[in-house]
Amino acid sequence: MTSLLSIRNIAKSFGKTRVLRDISLEVAEGEFLTILGESGSGKTTLLRVIAGFEQATSGELWMGGERLDALPPYKRPVNTVFQHYALFPHLTIGDNVGYGLRIGGVSKGETTTRVNAALAMVKMTAHAEKKPSKISGGQQQRVALARALVNRPKLLLLDEPLSALDANLRRQMQIELKALQREVGIAFVFITHDQEEAMVMSDRIALLKGGRLEQIATPREIYSRPATSYVAQFIGHTNLLRGSVANGIARCGSLTWPVQAADGPTAFSVRPENVRLAVGAGNAAVQFEGRVQHQAFHGATEMVRVECADGLVFLIRMTGAGGAKVGDSLRLEFSPQEAVAVRDAEAA
Amino acid sequence: MFSRAYKAAVTIPPLAWVTLFLLVPYLLMFCYSFWAVASGNVVHQWNLGNYQDLLTKDVYRQTLLRSLWIAARVTAFALLLGYPLAYFLSFYAGARKDLFYQLVIIPLWVSYLVRAYAWKTILGTDGVLNTLLQFFHITQHPVDSLLYSPFAVVLTLTHIYTPFVVLPIYAAMEHIPRNLVEASHDLGASPIQTFWQVIFPLSAPGMIAGATFAFVLSLGDFLAPQLLGGPSGIMISNIVVSLFGAAYNWPLGAAISFCILVLVVSLLALAERLEKKWSYS
Repeated sequence: MTSLLSIRNIAKSFGKTRVLRDISLEVAEGEFLTILGESGSGKTTLLRVIAGFEQATSGELWMGGERLDALPPYKRPVNTVFQHYALFPHLTIGDNVGYGLRIGGVSKGETTTRVNAALAMVKMTAHAEKKPSKISGGQQQRVALARALVNRPKLLLLDEPLSALDANLRRQMQIELKALQREVGIAFVFITHDQEEAMVMSDRIALLKGGRLEQIATPREIYSRPATSYVAQFIGHTNLLRGSVANGIARCGSLTWPVQAADGPTAFSVRPENVRLAVGAGNAAVQFEGRVQHQAFHGATEMVRVECADGLVFLIRMTGAGGAKVGDSLRLEFSPQEAVAVRDAEAA
Repeated sequence: MFSRAYKAAVTIPPLAWVTLFLLVPYLLMFCYSFWAVASGNVVHQWNLGNYQDLLTKDVYRQTLLRSLWIAARVTAFALLLGYPLAYFLSFYAGARKDLFYQLVIIPLWVSYLVRAYAWKTILGTDGVLNTLLQFFHITQHPVDSLLYSPFAVVLTLTHIYTPFVVLPIYAAMEHIPRNLVEASHDLGASPIQTFWQVIFPLSAPGMIAGATFAFVLSLGDFLAPQLLGGPSGIMISNIVVSLFGAAYNWPLGAAISFCILVLVVSLLALAERLEKKWSYS
């Protein structure tokens, strides 16, 4: 994995508000990296710093032995797909796509060839002569993508490009965009607040919280090995057990299990699908009893909320025929290794 | 949805107003332009003589051409001054935007006459400008061609109508989404290229609106030429004023007025078409 862009200790403040705090990460050649976070997490600011629309307060950006943050945006080998597409309203679709090439002094013949290829790639050839106001949001999104990719950037930045589309079109575009990224082989840095979208599309996910990088990992790893309680709760559902560790034994309420962790207050994340109906007694699993409080059908699975005698509440994902009814008493278990110790601001 | 009585109540008064105070007077003016004056009285004798006079007599033709030329210069100078000002206001004034905006507006609250007289004080033989020129020994004698010349008229009208040019251009620029500027930079365009490729074409409707204001308002102006124009700076409206006044030739005055009206209305129509063509929303 060769590093394409190196983000080193980037911090950004607007007046007294610190929007980014000491962000360091590497973007690899050809990877699909998603920067995920709630609104206000600083993800858009990070993108704008990479594009050059904002100057970082401190820190450096490096690309191929060159300091990127010293260059104005129009000299960076980076292109952006804007959240609301930002197509030029006075130019046709074709001229929008050819804008960067014309500005860059590419010959007329080559511009035409490349514009046509880019329009074909996003299936917009038929609309080349139209103005942006005459095409739909999804089509504008494709044009914005073609306009950026036609310049063959080393890195493509995408600022929540799918957020303005309705749910069905959005799912379709997620797949198309991912396929397109594989096809062109250009590294994508994709901004979103939608964790499902991040999981579906990314090679790696960088999760931001309050301007800090919480974790950067593959979707599988970030889901199964969340580093912090925030990550565990933001990505999918989880049961966060706040307890303590003493002499290799974790304790949370009345539950105990062996762990390899330092002594002290610790939080554990147990995914709902890792809690199941207990089979037999005396195995290594952590077993407990609880009463069903709420049950919701999700198609392939159903989510059941169970409250234990000592007040602990568990969310459980059950597959197959749901026998659980509200009021039922269930005997449940999870394996000790499925309780992932996570850093937790409250437990510390 | 609304009763007939309600619809009548809201539509009839404005229609009556327009008919009574615009259409009827214009119609009267139109009729007058085909009448004649005989021994100091208007006679209802239908003829084309007034229009013939207008087209053949040098004094009318030349004054009309001079008025057009003055209005064209005022428009050009007001655009040259107003466009950069609007651009600065919209893109670079930052937190002081509102203050600068007010500074553009405030002169509009000052009486036209006060501003015209101010230029008289500045440009006169013993005026501020001549005193300064002599004080610094740039000239030995006062320059008397400053005041009472087409130059003075153009200067004053430019001063008065520049805000009318700034405001529509500023409004058009405020409507340019800033992410278009960022997109242009992102695609490799320098700030200068971005200005010519994105900002200038998107501010064109504002420029047309502003230019139309400046041109039409200066073309019809009669106070600036009367106060500062002298004999060489007379404009067509001064002639109309005198024809309706001292000269007591209402028919000829009406014919000239009607010609200017046609000219202005066709200009406005043209401007509207151009604005529509170049606006994208």
